[in-house]
Amino acid sequence: MGDFKLMKGNEAVAEAAIRAGCDGYFGYPITPQSEVIEYLMAQQPEKRTGMVVLQAESETASINMLYGGAGAGKRVMTTSSSPGISLMAEGISYMAGAELPCLLMNVVRGGPGLGTIQPSQCDYFQTVKGGGHGDYRMFVIAPASVQEMSDFVKIGFDMAFKYRNPAMILSDGVIGQMMEKVELFDPIPRRTDAEVIAECPWATTGKTPDRERNIITSLDLDSLKQEEHVMHLKAKYEAMQKEVMFENIMTDDAEYIYVAYGSSARICQKAVDMARAEGIKVGLLRPITLYPFPEAELLRLASQVKGMLAVEMSLGQMVEDVRLAVRGKIKVEHYGRVGGMIHSPSQVLEALKSQIIGG
Amino acid sequence: MTEEIIIAGFGGQGVLSMGKILAYSGMMQGLEVSWMPSYGPEMRGGTANVIVIISDSRISSPVLTEFDTAIILNQQSLDKFESTVKPGGVLIFDPNGIIKPPTRKDITIYTIDATKKSSDLGLSKIFNMIVLGSYLKVKPVVTDQFIKAGLEKSLPTRHHSLIPENVKAVEIGREFVTSYTV
Repeated sequence: MGDFKLMKGNEAVAEAAIRAGCDGYFGYPITPQSEVIEYLMAQQPEKRTGMVVLQAESETASINMLYGGAGAGKRVMTTSSSPGISLMAEGISYMAGAELPCLLMNVVRGGPGLGTIQPSQCDYFQTVKGGGHGDYRMFVIAPASVQEMSDFVKIGFDMAFKYRNPAMILSDGVIGQMMEKVELFDPIPRRTDAEVIAECPWATTGKTPDRERNIITSLDLDSLKQEEHVMHLKAKYEAMQKEVMFENIMTDDAEYIYVAYGSSARICQKAVDMARAEGIKVGLLRPITLYPFPEAELLRLASQVKGMLAVEMSLGQMVEDVRLAVRGKIKVEHYGRVGGMIHSPSQVLEALKSQIIGG
Repeated sequence: MTEEIIIAGFGGQGVLSMGKILAYSGMMQGLEVSWMPSYGPEMRGGTANVIVIISDSRISSPVLTEFDTAIILNQQSLDKFESTVKPGGVLIFDPNGIIKPPTRKDITIYTIDATKKSSDLGLSKIFNMIVLGSYLKVKPVVTDQFIKAGLEKSLPTRHHSLIPENVKAVEIGREFVTSYTV
């Protein structure tokens, strides 16, 4: 038995950051994810690993501190909730343009605007399709348990550095606030200066006589060069496709499937159990990465099942990607509560019956 | 075995910490657990509630709208959650401040006068552990040994001297819970 703890999702992310060898966390509190910075401050990681934890004056400042830290090859991260992520959008776009690795987490709350502090999944478009300006993508991974909140910090940092690109953990108020059993991974030491120089030859670690200056920028006024740069980014995003992760739950003999991520996937899992008890063959396809999206698996399932219901706490965002993936082969509908309301397993089951089976 | 519980009362009664100790105890006993609190402005001076699930298999939804057991500590929570108990389920309530008692006949109802009992014994601070004891009498989902282990794990070391008092409060709850007939 490993080191099991009962933790809130937000606390698990904070502990995982320290254990993943994070060099710096720069954040600004906002419900429902303030436990991240609270936990980090209480842990005093500057004493445990030398990690810097700083409460910035705003989300805009946080993301720009990340730009600076990442430019020096450091493992940096921030977390926020919906309105805070909107404030960071410009900085995220700049980091994608300048090819800077960083780990972000959005513990989504209901919107638009200040909205509500209760859970939602209404930031899928913002996270997966852009958010900031320009042709860029982030590696996006969506935890559905406290265990995954911890594990995905490590994966997120790995992907960010592998692709020199921002990575985002897309969570929500349910997963952030709930407590579950979590097995913490063994701490990874922070990288030494020499390791940073070896792994990040592009970083601004101090020019030596044997190399050219490293320049961290997202600006190139020469359009031909900028086009080359954007095509280089495109190649990275295409290479990222092989990192796709998903989970099949009872899909083998399924006639209908739910497609859901994060807390909605947990709710759908219960609905699957309830439906099976009634003799309805239902399964669940849970996208774990949202970018890349499990298109091939959905297309495969489309030739097996009669219909799919995308369940997300939004007006219907991921459902568009599900429809693109199945190429019109089967009926795909959306169900979801909004504004901070959480759909219940029985509502999700009713929706399947009325919109897909009977519809 | 899967036990789905809602614990609801005023903020400050120890609703969330009772759920936390129960979840910790279940975890120490090797069970799967989840703890999903209400959060936000309603906690400040208003009502607080938490959904605790204890199971011997993987827990699906941490968010539920019907429960095996409801532990109810004020009138507002009784009004809100009596109807959410599954038929054949259990409702435990503290009669303090209850002017409209529960009316359902398809569930089993118990009372624990924990407010009065804890006040009489000068144990107001561990009122919630008396309530927890009453629940464990009705639904012995975790054993004493693991309740103690749960307390040790969930309380900071500086409060470990209070563990015997908490264990005693659980005993009191077990002893004084009574059936309630509608």
